[in-house]
Amino acid sequence: MRDHLKFILNGEVRRVDKVDPTATLLNYLRDSQGLTGTKEGCAEGDCGACTVTLTQHAPDGGVEHKAVNACICLLPMLDGKSVTTVEALQGKAGQPHNVQKAMVDQHASQCGFCTPGIVMSLHAAGLNADRLDGETAPDILAGNLCRCTGYGPILKAAEALGSKGEAAPVRSDLSALESLVGEDMTSGETKGRRFFIPTRLDQLDTLCADHPEATMVAGATDVGLWVTKAHRQLETVIYLNQISELKTIRTGDDTLWIGAGVTYEEALPALSKHWPDLGELVRRLGSKQVRNTGTIGGNIANGSPIGDMPPALIALEASLHLRGDRGRRTLKLEDYFIDYGKQDRTPGEYVEGVEIPLPDKVDRLRCYKLSKRFDVDITAVLGCFDIAVREGQITSARIAYGGMAGIPKRASHVENALAGQPWTEATIRAAMHEYKHDFSPLSDMRASEEYRAKAAQNLLLKYFLEMQGDRSQTRLVGLGSNLS
Amino acid sequence: MTGVGPISGDATPSRISGGVRRSVSHDSALKHTQGSALYVDDIPTPLNCLNVHIALSDRAHARILSVDLEAVRGAPGVVCVLTASDIPGSNDVAPVFGDDPMFVVGAREALVQCAGQSLFAVAAETLEQARHAATLVEIEYADLPALLDIEAAMQAKAFFEEPYQFVRGASESAISDAKHQLSGRIEMGGQEHFYLEGHAALSIPAEDGDIVLHCSSQHPSEIQHKVAGMLDVPNNAINVQVRRMGGGFGGKETQGSLPAAVAALATRLTGRPAKVRYDRDDDMRVTGKRHDFRIDYTVGFDDQGRIDGIEMDQAARCGMSHDLSLAICDRAMFHADNCYYLPAVTITSYRCRTNTVSNTAFRGFGGPQGMVGIERVIDEIAHHLGKDPLDVRRANFYASSGTASDRNVTPYHMTVEDCVIDDLVDDLVASSDYHTRRDEIRTWNENSPVLKRGIALTPVKFGISFTVTHLNQAGALVHVYSDGSIHLNHGGTEMGQGLFLKVAQVVAEEFQVDLDRIKITATDTAKVPNTSPTAASSGTDLNAMAARNAAKTIKGRMIQFLAEHWSVVPSSIVFDAGQISSGAHAMSFDDLAHSAYMERVSLSSTGYYATPKISWDRKAGRGRPFYYFAYGAAVCEVAIDTLTGENRILRADLLQDVGQSINPAIDLGQIEGAFVQGAGWLTTEELVFDAAGILKTHAPSTYKIPTISDRAPDMRIHLWDRGKNREDVIYKSKAVGEPPFMLGISALMALSDAIAQARPDNAYPDLGSPATPERVLMAVEREGQK
Ligand code: FES
Ligand code: FES
Repeated sequence: MRDHLKFILNGEVRRVDKVDPTATLLNYLRDSQGLTGTKEGCAEGDCGACTVTLTQHAPDGGVEHKAVNACICLLPMLDGKSVTTVEALQGKAGQPHNVQKAMVDQHASQCGFCTPGIVMSLHAAGLNADRLDGETAPDILAGNLCRCTGYGPILKAAEALGSKGEAAPVRSDLSALESLVGEDMTSGETKGRRFFIPTRLDQLDTLCADHPEATMVAGATDVGLWVTKAHRQLETVIYLNQISELKTIRTGDDTLWIGAGVTYEEALPALSKHWPDLGELVRRLGSKQVRNTGTIGGNIANGSPIGDMPPALIALEASLHLRGDRGRRTLKLEDYFIDYGKQDRTPGEYVEGVEIPLPDKVDRLRCYKLSKRFDVDITAVLGCFDIAVREGQITSARIAYGGMAGIPKRASHVENALAGQPWTEATIRAAMHEYKHDFSPLSDMRASEEYRAKAAQNLLLKYFLEMQGDRSQTRLVGLGSNLS
Repeated sequence: MTGVGPISGDATPSRISGGVRRSVSHDSALKHTQGSALYVDDIPTPLNCLNVHIALSDRAHARILSVDLEAVRGAPGVVCVLTASDIPGSNDVAPVFGDDPMFVVGAREALVQCAGQSLFAVAAETLEQARHAATLVEIEYADLPALLDIEAAMQAKAFFEEPYQFVRGASESAISDAKHQLSGRIEMGGQEHFYLEGHAALSIPAEDGDIVLHCSSQHPSEIQHKVAGMLDVPNNAINVQVRRMGGGFGGKETQGSLPAAVAALATRLTGRPAKVRYDRDDDMRVTGKRHDFRIDYTVGFDDQGRIDGIEMDQAARCGMSHDLSLAICDRAMFHADNCYYLPAVTITSYRCRTNTVSNTAFRGFGGPQGMVGIERVIDEIAHHLGKDPLDVRRANFYASSGTASDRNVTPYHMTVEDCVIDDLVDDLVASSDYHTRRDEIRTWNENSPVLKRGIALTPVKFGISFTVTHLNQAGALVHVYSDGSIHLNHGGTEMGQGLFLKVAQVVAEEFQVDLDRIKITATDTAKVPNTSPTAASSGTDLNAMAARNAAKTIKGRMIQFLAEHWSVVPSSIVFDAGQISSGAHAMSFDDLAHSAYMERVSLSSTGYYATPKISWDRKAGRGRPFYYFAYGAAVCEVAIDTLTGENRILRADLLQDVGQSINPAIDLGQIEGAFVQGAGWLTTEELVFDAAGILKTHAPSTYKIPTISDRAPDMRIHLWDRGKNREDVIYKSKAVGEPPFMLGISALMALSDAIAQARPDNAYPDLGSPATPERVLMAVEREGQK
């Protein structure tokens, strides 16, 4: 077992001993490395000022580059990986990197505080040789807030870069990463607080048995905020991101398996392929940076009432696979959520993956996420619909909502009012009256109770109308959307 | 270019690199992209630097009965706890009225007046320690009834001053005599600045107990004066430096005094350097915001929609103290007319005192709120008459400059001499294809049951000058070194708007040297004293003039020297592209600098400028508060989802009169950024306070400024090519910082248009702001529809 972290920072190997189990990468860079080019704008993963590029082994054996938010990236997540900050971009003789040059040429900085983060988002895209143009850039940059420019010049810089991004020299990255590979588990302890980074599920099982009270962290896009916002001290932390067994995506005959450690970004292609709306939901729920670390398992496991995945997965009749030292069990995803803050998971149990039935012929899933802003906003109301119709009759209706109760919840009365009825606007309008039996939503800073109640009903009508035509006539989308 | 010329005037682009009228990149652009541009929190701190955390109240209004700080003092890492009883001078960080206590704990009157108010501070070795220690305080409160919103304050008549009025003509009879009458109300929310860099201050002890402060502030002189007053030392004991801010937008005009004073006090008490840096949540809780407003109106008008008389009551939520609210509310009144002549008018302003954070300057400084009021009135008149709102707007425009009409006097009795809005709007109507698109949208909507589109053109006329007249002055300091390199300093601050660059371009033009010969330096109260805030869009107008005057003084001495040296008449000496010549004589600028130095000619000068022509009698509500007006207009096309209220800007055409631009790229950047910020204010950005007066939206997770994907797919932004400043403003340019913010109003009016078409009845949409999906849906579905 290795008792220290080892990673690469701007090309140099760093060994870090006595790591605080929840130290953030941003504080490490700014406070102890004097790398102040990476900025703090929010410390909650919502502004992108702290964006850095993370280089790691890719599932295909190569390497991949990810823009991530350093503010909620916890140091142990870097073990065995490589981090590049804005300071390392310019050439040896100080010549600006392509991205930097494009930004200067297009007048894409004003106050400059958001700029390093934007540069790094574009840098990561370039390394992956991602297509950069007017269509892709809005999604790549949706997690980088800029208050000064209005974004036009930034978009122009991205377009000017086009495919000029320099695909990374894979070989040297690979060998650098290889040099970090050590034992099969890293752990650390400081002042009685400790962390573990297992690489296999059997290790995780043992750790769970020994430390049932431990906090499990996958992408830290939620737990990171417990640290940076709620200022909580976590005593024992188990990091899941090195366990490749949790990262499988498998398409079976009639189900899709997504391991709990699969990031949103990794799941996106498979989800979009089968359910375009689910893909768009995932795209909208977090910025590229957040999707690069946040996991689907994490979104479910913590039972966060604002998680966007559960309602969609419930509408799709997904099942959840839990595992622990006492073995495995499977339950319907909707049964996992018992009450606000309460899930059907015992200490020592963890989410292994989720299994989603594939659409039989046509994809009927529609997900309507209502929020004040299209991209990167927490849902006020999320309605997910999967209604099957045969010969003009509704044969089954699965409808699940987020934001309408303390947990993701099905609209059972509405479903019942639809089942067996003719697929007509009259049926829909009648069913809209049933909502009051399913939900009594609350008011909060995202929306009032009245709006939630009204909009939730309207979404059913929207679904009905949308199934008659194409989405563009019934839906508004942001620039970054995949749907068009 | 000749050496002796008018102070300002046309400049033909010369052969130097980076003179005026060039789209030079921001001076720090490369550093921004490399992460090497330093902000306060990036400055390497001395080893023993303390970190100070300010504890904020979570009560809106309460008397403090007792405070126990023992556990705080004893917490690990704590070096000292700062309360009002530690303050040697005055416990105040207010800009004008002395009503913003630095700390409540230890104050003579221990009264909490809003949630988010500074109670006390903890200085510790690390920020985490300071923050943790602050949570250990035990405070016993007696809660008091709190006034939380405009309605409550209006009911209680809780005002900072008697309602203030502009009156011209007999509005009441003009309204009742008019053919049509309308009355209504619009409520608009406030706005968080959300500068990307939060407030920060680093205090470093110097000799004699002096203190050097590095701040993120638009007003270093005010910080200097407030800190000196707090420490009870003369102003000369405090030096404030500001290299740059990561955004300001007015949010760093007065709000930097608290963190600076707290850091300075920690230094005074411990002798150690000290830093205060708000995290985002604290920043949003403790700092003031744009004022939310409620405007009630009654208007009388004719069949064309031409206004005969109007009365408007503007009520603003000022918060717990004055801050700059009186001037902000004044500016809302100054812009209650926008581009429209109001023949008989009464504007009454209520400055509401509430138990919420003290609202402050924000780009436009009340102007946007005043303007939304009148745009709303015009929109409703048009709806009432079934007319295109653009026709009603045009029917009411002030008379164009140079026409004989007397429809050119504002409600505050200033004659509008420079009105160009008619011409500018003509150009925009043509370039945006407004009329065709408006018709197409109406046809499109008939076939689109769920989505509806809307379009609107709104104009802007924004008064340029501080309405507090004495602030309209600036100083600069220019040195030419003996190698010909130049050091430039002035009282303006750089917050991303490109001020430093524009001033440097002007100085380069004056000396006829390349821009890179000029070193741009941090704003420093030790170099230029008694400066005004960088605000009111006046940064370039004032500071470039002052810097140019400094350069002219040095240049005059150089000319004098050369005239003697070469035995030529001074007027024959020409500065051109790094060369100075007269007939057959020639010398490079660098050689000139060296020769002049050798002949003991002073190559350093201050420069000063005060805006001419302005005067304002506040009591009488009369005068010429503005040197000139900046004009602009925008056409916005939007779409709404009538089932969810979601909405989206589809296209925006912006046209702004910046006079003759000193740097077109910088000006275009200001216009685009301001428009997006203005549209954000009116659409996605919503501040939510709970029933106890606690702000619930204090981070980007809950407060939503526009992101890149909200950008209109089609944006067309232009400087008005007919624009020219008729006044003697630097190179005939016009101010650009604030005016285009109000181009964003077109988004709200376009939404109103879309909603009107979504309603089967003919009721007016009555849309307030921000137009979140919720407000839009409610406006679509409001009673009376079915
Ligand atoms: S600091 Fe805002 S995302 Fe990290
Ligand atoms: S340039 Fe200021 S926030 Fe982007």
